[in-house]
Amino acid sequence: MKLAIREIRAGLRSGQFSARELASRALAHAGAENPKTNAYLHLTPERALAAADAVDAQLARGEDPGPLAGVPIAVKDVILTKDIRTTCGSRLLEHYVAPYDATAIMRVEQAGAVIVGKTNCDEFAMGSSNENSAFGPVRNPVDLERVPGGSSGGSAAVVAQGTAVVSLGSDTGGSIRQPASFCGIVGVTPTYGRVSRYGLTAFASSLDHIGPFGGSVHDAAAVLEAIAGRDPMDATSAFAPVPSYTAGLTGDVRGMRIGLPKEYFAGLASETGDLIARGVDTLRRLGCEVHEVSLPHTEYAIPCYYVICTAEASSNLARYDGVRYTSRSANGETLIDMYRNTRGEGFGAECKRRIMLGTYVLSAGYYDAYYIKAQRVRTLIARDFSNAFQQVDAIIAPVSPFPAFKLGEKLDDPMQMYLSDIYTITGSLAGIPCMSVPCGATAAGLPVGMQILCNHFEEAAMFRLAHAFENSGDT
Amino acid sequence: MKITETEVRQVAGLANLSLTDTEIARMARELDDILTHVDKLNELDTTGVEPMAQVLYAAGETATWRDDIEGATLSNSCAVANAPVSGAGFFKVPRVIEK
Repeated sequence: MKLAIREIRAGLRSGQFSARELASRALAHAGAENPKTNAYLHLTPERALAAADAVDAQLARGEDPGPLAGVPIAVKDVILTKDIRTTCGSRLLEHYVAPYDATAIMRVEQAGAVIVGKTNCDEFAMGSSNENSAFGPVRNPVDLERVPGGSSGGSAAVVAQGTAVVSLGSDTGGSIRQPASFCGIVGVTPTYGRVSRYGLTAFASSLDHIGPFGGSVHDAAAVLEAIAGRDPMDATSAFAPVPSYTAGLTGDVRGMRIGLPKEYFAGLASETGDLIARGVDTLRRLGCEVHEVSLPHTEYAIPCYYVICTAEASSNLARYDGVRYTSRSANGETLIDMYRNTRGEGFGAECKRRIMLGTYVLSAGYYDAYYIKAQRVRTLIARDFSNAFQQVDAIIAPVSPFPAFKLGEKLDDPMQMYLSDIYTITGSLAGIPCMSVPCGATAAGLPVGMQILCNHFEEAAMFRLAHAFENSGDT
Repeated sequence: MKITETEVRQVAGLANLSLTDTEIARMARELDDILTHVDKLNELDTTGVEPMAQVLYAAGETATWRDDIEGATLSNSCAVANAPVSGAGFFKVPRVIEK
């Protein structure tokens, strides 16, 4: 079911299909395909059909059912959906049923979208391969022997597979862009604060974003348009008005200034590097000016990120203690032993590693040396970007140093897995909008994404560039 | 050596995380590896650089103020619905006060 949002809109209006037919087809397709990829943790047929019926009723009354009317959407299982299980890919939350909807969920449903299921992910969104899920890894629909990327691997896989038209993921250090690149689709991390985090299970609050996946730039832009904007339930959500991102997709990017960070391309002699270079040639042909820029603190981004994100995670994950949300260990007589055993038995290896590192860097005697130091370095990294954006309108970069790797290939070396996040975490630390747009495939047929990064709240320019690139005929 | 097994056990205590002896040994190796990499941050002189505690400063300081008005909230039964053990509208935990 590889339909675009515009085709769904046209099909519903012409009576070619109803929203209920579309939802039923999506659910059946998802159910049939899921054993191959394990991308959905659970489907949500009742909720989907109720939403679809509401769209059909609105159409019958001659009302506008909204910009996402009837669009089957899948949601990463770290985003709360009322009365539906939200497991975060964790054994601890296997039976957790969310008591309310995330703001992004309410907004896509108000826009007419139909939630068809909750998608698999790395436990509490920690990972780059989707192998850290307590409910088994996700397989990449492009090549079932390979990972879909992570942590939003399921949300990327379902769009690539065509069992949902669009999806929502979350990105803390690359968890939307990297799986989008690995699965050959579009994935968007908006400006920090552009989308409310209310109802997004917190991993690292100063870095967490909700963002969309789509089969095209237009579809991802349409979803972001629906979910963006101020929300009183999230004090960090931004007041800046939300422009129509889809209306800005003019195809005209002449005179746009593109920056290539020299630090990113120095060591990138690979098929990925060649594909990005070809992408840059395309942008030149479309009329963009290409300049070299410098982001001098790039080499400090990984240590900076892994101090800040683990510190915040150790604090955010303290709430899973066997009292309010999670299952409880049967071992332990005292309260403290119950906490310790619940957490020790329930968390997977990656969560434990990050809780430990985060607790260590926040502990007495180390707080200034690690945590405050990393926050100062974060300022320098953000400053690198604001300096670069004085010279250029957008920065082009790789998403990942390599395409999708095989399951199990990188599991035994966490440091190597962390190092592969280098191109995505810099933008996350700066809080700027970034996205992955497909830019071709390797000789082995593995998709490669090109990253576009823009200044705060410049999503419209980012989408315009990505859309012009997508329609250049070169990919 | 950045971190010893003894320190790993202390940190696990702070984090309320029970770890097996095998996990402790592995954790010590992995944290050591990561902390060695993190040491790279000390190459930078950050004197006078503000820590980035907020991501965006664009809005005014009072932008998120609101009137103190009671709004909708979760019901008691809803709030305890996911608890492994509850009763009489409360979360139940192992005994913490001796008779």
